[in-house]
Amino acid sequence: MQYRTPDHSAHEHSHDHAHVHTHDSIDFGTGPAGAHAPGMSQARMVKIERDILSKNDSYANENRGYLAAHGIFALNLVSSPGSGKTTLLVKSITALNGSVPLAVIEGDQQTDNDAARIRATGAPALQINTGKGCHLDAHMVGQAMRQLGLQDNSLLLIENVGNLVCPASFDLGEAHKVAILSVTEGEDKPLKYPDMFRASDLMLLNKCDLLPYLTFDANLAIENARRVNPNIKVIRISATSGEGMEEWLEWIKVGCEKAAAGRRG
Amino acid sequence: MHEMSLAEGIVQLVEDTVRADGCKKVKAVWLEIGQLAAVEKEALRFCFDAVTRDTVADGARLEIIETPGQGWCMKCEGNVPVTALYEACPVCGSYQIQVTGGSEMRVKELEVE
Repeated sequence: MQYRTPDHSAHEHSHDHAHVHTHDSIDFGTGPAGAHAPGMSQARMVKIERDILSKNDSYANENRGYLAAHGIFALNLVSSPGSGKTTLLVKSITALNGSVPLAVIEGDQQTDNDAARIRATGAPALQINTGKGCHLDAHMVGQAMRQLGLQDNSLLLIENVGNLVCPASFDLGEAHKVAILSVTEGEDKPLKYPDMFRASDLMLLNKCDLLPYLTFDANLAIENARRVNPNIKVIRISATSGEGMEEWLEWIKVGCEKAAAGRRG
Repeated sequence: MHEMSLAEGIVQLVEDTVRADGCKKVKAVWLEIGQLAAVEKEALRFCFDAVTRDTVADGARLEIIETPGQGWCMKCEGNVPVTALYEACPVCGSYQIQVTGGSEMRVKELEVE
């Protein structure tokens, strides 16, 4: 029988895990690493070798496949609370003025306030409340996408929960993460929250109209972002003054065209 | 606190494996966590204990193998160790570093009986 613990008699057959071969052999070699130390119970190792986020990633891949098949350009907007994400979205949607069909998924722990602000522009918006959750995951977004009934060749804007930490790890199936940093925050935010700025392809430096009143060093903030992500693209923007809006909307349009072309191709 | 989601992800993988394997109990879970993965190990341990309660992994030991951060310095054109994402190349001081290793979060294996 297989040896379990030193105090088990070789004749005790009642235990669930006792494997009787013959009464005159005891196998010491089935423990971890094929070895046995006195006093250690016998156990074996099972290889898994899978990413902890593999479930999320498989949902994200499903989302990505759906988006590609329908020519939809999806952006995952991430920032700390109060960076002006929703205002920027409202202004962007207004400025796009129906040139691209679009829909918005809003993530917040509680309330429908942000989705209501988006709906006031006439764009369809769905609010996900994560409750205690600190980020959107790909499963939530997949459900929201189905519920919204997205148009072919459209733009999907996903406003993540205001949090510069957790959303960095969760792929939603988007084309790009876009980090929004406002000039009322610190220049060192990219260094304090490097994962988010590394995961993002574009940084919008928002509220730039306030720069004359602040000691914020915009060049230093951009330099810090490039320290953690040498390839990050940066646009200085202000939802209030309209600075940088043209460049941001152009970037969106190019992305939409590429997504639509991918579908045709 | 995305460590709670990570712990739930671990338990899902463990339960899938236990179902396929037919074992009765999970004694230890071995993880491989990169130095640059955004994981707070102590928070993960705490969440793991909470999430595994009343599952096949109840009371299981959590073993974490930390893998070192690695990057490719574009200036040096060589592999360099990276201990944090905002750090400069230890050789030339450049920030032009592409991270090539140390961001993994994997369940490696289980000790079962």
